Amino acid sequence: MDQSISWITVGSVEDIPRQGSRVVRTGFGDIALFRTVADEVYALEDRCPHAGGPLSQGIVHGARVTCPLHSWVIDLASGEAVGPDEGCAGHCPVRVVDGAVQLGLAAFRPGRGGCGHG
Amino acid sequence: MSTHTNPPTPRERLVVVGNGMAGIRTLEELLAKAPDRYDITVFGAEPHPNYNRIMLSPVLAGEKTFEQIVLNGRDWYEANGIRLLTGDRVEVIDRANCTVTAISGLTVPYDKLLIATGSTPVIIPVPGSTLTGVVGFRDLADVDTMLEAAARGGRAVVIGGGLLGLEAANGLKVKGMDVTVLHLMDTLMERQLDRSAGALLRHELERRGITVLTGADTAEIVGSEKVSAVRLKNGQELPADLVVMAVGIRPNTTLGKAAGLACGRGIQVDDAMTTSDPAILSVGECVEHRGQTYGLVAPLFEMAKVAAARLAGSAEAAYTGSVTSTKLKVTGVDVFSAGDFTGGKDCEDIVFRDAARGVYKRVVVKENRILGAVLYGDTKDGGWYFQMLKDGTEVAPVRDTLIFGQSFGGEGAANPKAAVAALPDSAEICGCNGVCKGTIVTAITEKGLSSLDEVRAHTKASASCGSCTGQVEQLLALTLGDGYAGEAKAKPMCKCTDRTHDEVRRAITALDLKTIPDVMQRLEWRTPDGCHHCRPALNYYLLCEWPGEYKDDSRSRYINERVHANIQKDGTYSVVPRMWGGLTSAKELRAIADVVDKFAIPTVKVTGGQRIDLFGVKKEDLPAVWADLNAAGMVSGHAYAKGLRTVKTCVGSEWCRFGTQDSTGLGVKLERMTWGTWTPHKVKLAVSGCPRNCAEATIKDLGVVCVDSGYELHVGGNGGMHVRACDLLVKVETEAEVLEYTGAYMQLYREEARYLERTAPWVERVGLDHIRRRLVDDAEGRAALNARFLFSQSFSQDDPWAERANGSVDRHEFAPLAQVG
Ligand SMILES: Cc1cc2nc3c(=O)[nH]c(=O)nc-3n(C[C@H](O)[C@H](O)[C@H](O)COP(=O)(O)OP(=O)(O)OC[C@H]3O[C@@H](n4cnc5c(N)ncnc54)[C@H](O)[C@@H]3O)c2cc1C
Ligand code: SF4
Ligand code: SF4
Ligand code: FES
Repeated sequence: MDQSISWITVGSVEDIPRQGSRVVRTGFGDIALFRTVADEVYALEDRCPHAGGPLSQGIVHGARVTCPLHSWVIDLASGEAVGPDEGCAGHCPVRVVDGAVQLGLAAFRPGRGGCGHG
Repeated sequence: MSTHTNPPTPRERLVVVGNGMAGIRTLEELLAKAPDRYDITVFGAEPHPNYNRIMLSPVLAGEKTFEQIVLNGRDWYEANGIRLLTGDRVEVIDRANCTVTAISGLTVPYDKLLIATGSTPVIIPVPGSTLTGVVGFRDLADVDTMLEAAARGGRAVVIGGGLLGLEAANGLKVKGMDVTVLHLMDTLMERQLDRSAGALLRHELERRGITVLTGADTAEIVGSEKVSAVRLKNGQELPADLVVMAVGIRPNTTLGKAAGLACGRGIQVDDAMTTSDPAILSVGECVEHRGQTYGLVAPLFEMAKVAAARLAGSAEAAYTGSVTSTKLKVTGVDVFSAGDFTGGKDCEDIVFRDAARGVYKRVVVKENRILGAVLYGDTKDGGWYFQMLKDGTEVAPVRDTLIFGQSFGGEGAANPKAAVAALPDSAEICGCNGVCKGTIVTAITEKGLSSLDEVRAHTKASASCGSCTGQVEQLLALTLGDGYAGEAKAKPMCKCTDRTHDEVRRAITALDLKTIPDVMQRLEWRTPDGCHHCRPALNYYLLCEWPGEYKDDSRSRYINERVHANIQKDGTYSVVPRMWGGLTSAKELRAIADVVDKFAIPTVKVTGGQRIDLFGVKKEDLPAVWADLNAAGMVSGHAYAKGLRTVKTCVGSEWCRFGTQDSTGLGVKLERMTWGTWTPHKVKLAVSGCPRNCAEATIKDLGVVCVDSGYELHVGGNGGMHVRACDLLVKVETEAEVLEYTGAYMQLYREEARYLERTAPWVERVGLDHIRRRLVDDAEGRAALNARFLFSQSFSQDDPWAERANGSVDRHEFAPLAQVG
C-alpha cells in the first residue's frame, strides 16, 4: 500500500518533543503528530471525537494521548477512544525516513464521533 | 582390475578475501560438507590467524588473552590444506580474468571468490579526527593502542554510547583510566534499549566511576600532533589522552565497488549469497541483503551456512534475513535486547520491574506473538523469548506469566503466601529497615499485633518504601490465620501501580528517588511511562521533595501548566495577569486594554478572584500577549496552576469605615510570599478587614479575618462543588505571625495532601486536630515548615511568562511544525 501513497516531509523527529506533539496545518484541518517515549511517531486529526478538543495538547503516555478537555484517552495508532468511550479521531499515515517525518496526507481518514465528523 | 587410473579431476579454486568471522565460518561449514571440492586460498589484511572479534572487549578488560580468543590457529589451516596469506590485503579483483591481486603483488586465480571484508569503523569527520591518540575499536591493533595508552593512565574519552563504545569505556576504566562517554542521544544504546533500561545502565556505569554525557555533540578533537582534548558543540572541553571513536560501522565495500559489483550500503547479494557476478559470493558485515546490513555475528553465521551449501553444490540453500538479538559484554552488567521493542500499533507492553534486584524486563507482544524484548539485570530468559520471537510462537496460553520467564510455574512462585511461608526466619523482608521474617512473626505473636499499621509501628517493617507490604500482610495472615481480617485497601494511585499516593511519597523520601523513571523502576510500575494520572502526581511529589534540585518534567503536566494559560472549550486560551492583592492601576488597565485591541481578544471578564481574564487568545499569540503584559510590569497570575492562584481582599482600614486592619496590604504581602508555589491542587487565599467578611475569607483554602485584637486564621474552606466553610485554626496578634502560619500551613498541605486533593478534603481526612497539633501546638515544627516553604519558594518565584515570551523556553509549544496543502 505504501507505493500508492505520496509522502510529504513535514519536519524531523527531533522537532517533536518526546512524549509530546506538534501540529501540522493542512487542507484537511490540523493534524497532530505525536512522538512516544519509545520514539514512535503517529498522526491524528487534532480533534477529540468527544467534543473536538485539541488532542495535540494532551498528555502522551505509552501509545496513547489523554485529551486536555475531558480526559478521554485516545489510542494513537487507531485514533479510537479507549474503553468505555466510543469514537475515533481521524488518522493519517505517517512514517519516519532517516529522521524525517513524512505524512501520507492523501490517505487521510477523518474521524467519527460527537463533534460532527459523522 | 583396471590398468590405469583416471587423473584426479582438477579441484576448483576458491579464494576467500577476509580472514574474519564470516569468511572462516563459511570455510568450516564448507569443509564439513565437501572437504575435497576446492583448493582454498585465504587472504587476510590483519597479521593474525582467525580470531573471535567479539572477544576483543574481554581482552581489553584483561579478562582474556589474545591466545584464548584465537578460533583457528595456523595448524588448522595447514591441516585442511588451506593456503593462508596474512598481512596481505587484496587490492584488485580482475573479474574478466578471474584473479585477485594483493598488495604484496601476489596474483591468485579463482573459479569461485568469496568476499568477507567485514566493515570499517565510522570516523566522524570533525577537525582533529586524524590526530595520534584517536582510535576506532575494531581489531587487535586498536586494542593494543588502547592498552598502551591505559598503561600510561590519564584520561580517555569514548565517543559513542552504543555497544562497542560502552565495552571500550568499561575496559579502559578497568585498566585504570579516567573515562568519559559522550553520547549524542539521550539514552545509551538507544537502538537496543528502551529508556528505562538505558537509565539503569547509565546508573550502573556511573556507579563504576564512568562519566556519561548524553546529548553531547562533538565539535572538534583538540591537539597539535597528539590529542589533548575533545570540544563539544556547546563549548565544553574535556581533556583527553586517548579518544576512542565508536559511533558506528560501515560495510567495507571498497574492493567490491572497485570490481564493479552492485553495491548499495553493502555489497548486494541475493538469497544464495551471490553478488551481481555469479562467480562471486559474499558474506558478513560487508553485504547488503534485501536492503539490510548486519553488525552482529549470528546473522553472519546464518549467511555462512547458506554460502557454504551453495559452494558445496546445493541449489536450494537460501538466506532469508535474520532477526537479531544483542547482549552487552560488560562483566556484571546483564543487558539483553531483541527484535522491535518500540511498540506501536496494536502492541501490548508487558513490563516487569523488580527494584530490589535491579531487574527490568519488557516484552512487546502483538497479536499474541512476541515482537521484541528488553531485559536488564536478569537476562537468563533472553534466549527463551528470542526463540519464541523467531519462531513466531503463539504466547496466548502463557500470556499471564510470560514476563516471569521460563522457569516460572512452581508452587512457590505461583502462590506468594506459600513462598513467604517457605522462607527461613532469618530471611530479610523489609530491605529499607533490615527487618527479617522472624522478628515480624515474633512481634505479631508476642505483642498481639493484628494490622499492618501495628506491625509498622512496632517493627518498622514496610514503614519506608512499602515494597514489602504484600509480604508483611502475608505474614500477618499466616500467623493469625482467620484472625487476620486483611487491610481496608487504600486505593492505588492509578492502574500503573498498586501503590497508594502515600506509599509513593514515602518511598520517594526513603529511597532518595529523584526522577520519574527512577520512581517507576524502584516501585515497579507496570507501564513504560505511566499515564495521565500518575505522571503529573509524580512530577509534583518530586518537585515538592527536592526543591531546587528536581528538574520539572513539562511532559508530565497538564496543558494549562505546560503553556501557562487556561485552555478553553474551543481550544483557545485565557490569560490572567497577576494583580497583587487585587490592586491594579491605570497603567496596567491601559496595557490590558491595548493587548485586547492588538490581539483582537473577544472577551474580557473579571474573575471570581478579583482578577481580569482575557478570553479567546490563540495559542500562537500567547508569547506576544505575555511579552506586552510583561512590558507593563505584569506577571502571570497562575490562574491555571495547581498552585497559589489569588489572594482576595476587601478594602479594609484604609478606606472602609468598619475596617480594623489593613486587609489589602496584608493580602499583597501574602500574595508576594506565596505566588509561584506548586501545590497538590489550586489554592486560594483571602483577607477580610472585619467580621463582615466582604472577601468571603471563610470559604477559602486559608482565610484571614481581621479583628480589633488581631487576626483569625481559618482553614480548609472550599467554594467549589462541595461548599465547605472553614474551620477556625487559631487567632494571632501580628502580621508576622499570619505570614508564618500561612507558610507553614501551605507547606504542611504540600507535604501531606495527595495530588489533586484540595485543602478541604485533606483537612477532613487528617482531622483538624492533626493540623492544630502540627501548626499551633508545635511552634518549632511550625517554624521548620515555614522555613521549608520559604526555601522552596526561593526556587519557584520566576515568572513563567517571561521566559516563554522571550523564546528561551518551550518555543516548540507555540508554533505549528509545518503548513502543507
Ligand atoms: C570489539 C567488538 C565487539 C563485538 N561484540 C560483538 C558481540 O558481542 N556480539 C556480536 O554478535 N557481534 C559483536 N561484534 C561484531 C562482530 O565481531 C562482527 O559482526 C563480525 O566480526 C563480522 O564478521 P565479518 O567476517 O563480516 O568481518 P570481520 O570479522 O571484521 O572480518 C573481516 C576481515 O577482513 C579483512 N579484510 C578487509 N579487507 C580486506 C582485504 N581487502 N584483503 C584482505 N583482508 C581484508 C579484515 O582485516 C578482517 O580481518 C563485535 C565487534 C567488535 C569490533
Ligand atoms: S470586610 Fe469589613 S473591612 Fe472589609 S470591606 Fe467588608 S466591612 Fe469593610
Ligand atoms: S464553574 Fe468554572 S469550570 Fe465550571 S464552567 Fe464555570 S468557569 Fe468553567
Ligand atoms: S473533547 Fe476530548 S475529552 Fe472532551
